[in-house]
Amino acid sequence: MFGMPDIKGLQTPQRWRRAEIVFWLIALAAIWLMPRQHLILNEIMITALFALSLDLILGYAGIASLGHAAFFGFGAYLAGLYAIHVTGEPLSGLAVAATGSAVLGLTTSLLVLRGVDLARLMVTLGVALVLGEIANKAIWFTGGADGLQGVMINPILGRFDFDLAGKTAYCYSLAATFLLFLLARRLVASPFGLSLRAIRDNPLRARAMGVPVNRRLIIIYTIAAFYAGAAGALLAQTTQFVSIDVLALHRSADVLLMLVIGGTGYLYGGFIGAVIFKGLQEILSAWTPQYWTFWIGFILVVLVMIGRERIYARFGEIKSRIIKTAPGGNDR
Amino acid sequence: MSAVAALETRSLKKQFGGLIATDNLSFRLEQGARHALIGPNGAGKTTLVNLMTGVLAPTSGSIVCGGEDITALPPEARVKRGLVRTFQINQLFGGLTPLESLSLAVGEHEARRVSLWRSLRQQGDVLAEARAVAARFGLTNVLTERVSSLPYGKQRLLEIALAFACKPSVLLLDEPAAGVSAAERQELLGTIAALPREVSVLLIEHDMDVVFSYAERISVLVNGALFAEGTPQEIAADAGVRAVYLGERHDG
Repeated sequence: MFGMPDIKGLQTPQRWRRAEIVFWLIALAAIWLMPRQHLILNEIMITALFALSLDLILGYAGIASLGHAAFFGFGAYLAGLYAIHVTGEPLSGLAVAATGSAVLGLTTSLLVLRGVDLARLMVTLGVALVLGEIANKAIWFTGGADGLQGVMINPILGRFDFDLAGKTAYCYSLAATFLLFLLARRLVASPFGLSLRAIRDNPLRARAMGVPVNRRLIIIYTIAAFYAGAAGALLAQTTQFVSIDVLALHRSADVLLMLVIGGTGYLYGGFIGAVIFKGLQEILSAWTPQYWTFWIGFILVVLVMIGRERIYARFGEIKSRIIKTAPGGNDR
Repeated sequence: MSAVAALETRSLKKQFGGLIATDNLSFRLEQGARHALIGPNGAGKTTLVNLMTGVLAPTSGSIVCGGEDITALPPEARVKRGLVRTFQINQLFGGLTPLESLSLAVGEHEARRVSLWRSLRQQGDVLAEARAVAARFGLTNVLTERVSSLPYGKQRLLEIALAFACKPSVLLLDEPAAGVSAAERQELLGTIAALPREVSVLLIEHDMDVVFSYAERISVLVNGALFAEGTPQEIAADAGVRAVYLGERHDG
C-alpha cells in the first residue's frame, strides 16, 4: 500500500495534460503577443471565470440556473460600492465582493434546493430579476439605469496602475482566474467533487448511500456564487464602472450558451465557450452590426442540431491522425 | 434469538388518505437473519421498505434499528447507522466508473467530514477497500468502464455492491434478481448467499425459487398486515398462504 495507489478508473484529472499547459501558456503569452487586444481578452477571461462558476453547479452538481447573473451582478455592485465608499484598493475589494456574493448564494441556495430543474430555472431567474429591479430603483445607491459611476481603483499592490490599453486589467483578471481555476480543479478531484457528480447522476441513490445531498448542494452553490461574484468584481474594477446590465437576463443566458458550446463537467468548457462566443460576437458585430445576434442564434441552432459531440469527434479524428506517430499521446 | 433485533417495527402504520398501506405492523428482523418478505402485488412491501429507510414518514408507530429508535431520522442518518437498501430498478451513477461509485460509498462511510481538498487519488485505503468490494461482487474486470456502458448483469451486481460498500448491519434487498437472465442469475445469487453473517438480510422478492432457496425465515404480507410468518417449510405448508398468495399466483 506504499507509494501511489492504482488510480486507473478515476476520471478526474490529477496530472496536468499537455493541452491544459498549452492553454494556460497561450493565455500568459497573450500579455506580450496581443497587446492591442487586452481589453477584449480581459472581458473574455472574466466571462470564462463566470462560465466556470456556472459549470461548477451545472456540470458537476446538475443544478440548472437561468439567473446566475444575480451573483455576477451582486459582486460587481459590491466591488463598485466598496471602491466608492470604503477604499479603492482592488484586492480587498475583490475579496469582499466575492464573499458577499457567496453569502447571497448561501441564502438563496435554500430556495434552489426546493424542487427540480424547471422550478430551479424559475427560482434562479426570479432572484436575478428581483436584484435587477432593486438596482434599477435604488438610484441614490446604485445609480439606477445610468449605472454606478465614479468608481476609482488604486494600483494593484500600490504598483500596477490600471492603464487605458488594459494590460494591467488583463494580467489581473488572468491571475485571479488562474488561481480560482486551480482551486476548482482541486475541488472536483476531491471526494467532495465525486459526491457532486454522483448527486448529478442520481440524487436518490446518493441519498440512499448516506450522502447528505442538500448540504453538498448548498456548499457548491455557495462556492459557485463566490466565483461568479469574483468575476463580477473583476469586471467592475477593470472597467471602473458598473452597468445595470451586469444583472440582465441575457447575461445569465449567454453564460449558459457558452457552456452549451464548450461543454460541461470538465472545467474548460466555459473557457472554450467564452472564447468562441466572444470571438463570434466580435467578428459578426464588425461584419454586420445590426444583425449579429441573428447569426449568433443561427450558429447556436446549427450547433445543437448537429450536436457538439459530433463536431468535436471530427476534430478529435483529425488531431489523432496528426499525432498518431507521437509516442504515448493517447491518454484520453 | 438474541434480545436486540437487528431491525424492528412496532405497531407501524401508514395511511394514504383512505388507504391503509401498512396496518399496525410489528415485525422483527433478527441479528444475522436471512429473512424474506413476500406478498401479492399491492401488499405494501415497497411502502414498508420506504418506511424503514426513511423515504416515507409513518402515520404512527416506530422503527428500531439495533435497539435505537430511528423513526425520526432522515434517510442519510439511517445509512450511517447501518441500515442500507438496494433498489428494484437499478439506481446507479451512469457517468461514474464502478471504482468511483464504490469509492464514494466507502469514503462517505469512513469520513466524518468529506474532504474538499485532498484528492481521491491520495486515499489509497479507500480505493483498496473499493477494490475489495468489487472483487467480492465479480466487478474487478469492469472497474474502469463507465457504469452506463456495463451489461445489465454487472449493473445489477454493482447495485448490490454499492449497498454492501456502505458497511450495512441490515441490508434490504428489493428484488435483487429482477430482470437478470438465467445465465447471470447464479452469479448474482451466489454473491448474495456469500454475504457475511454480520449482515442481517431482509429479502423482498417475487421469485419463489429464490425465496425458498435462500431464506431461513419467511414473512407474508397481505394488505399491509403480517399474514403469516415461519420457516420455509411452515409457509409452504400453510393453507392460508397458498390460498392468498401461492394459489393466486398459479391462477394467474
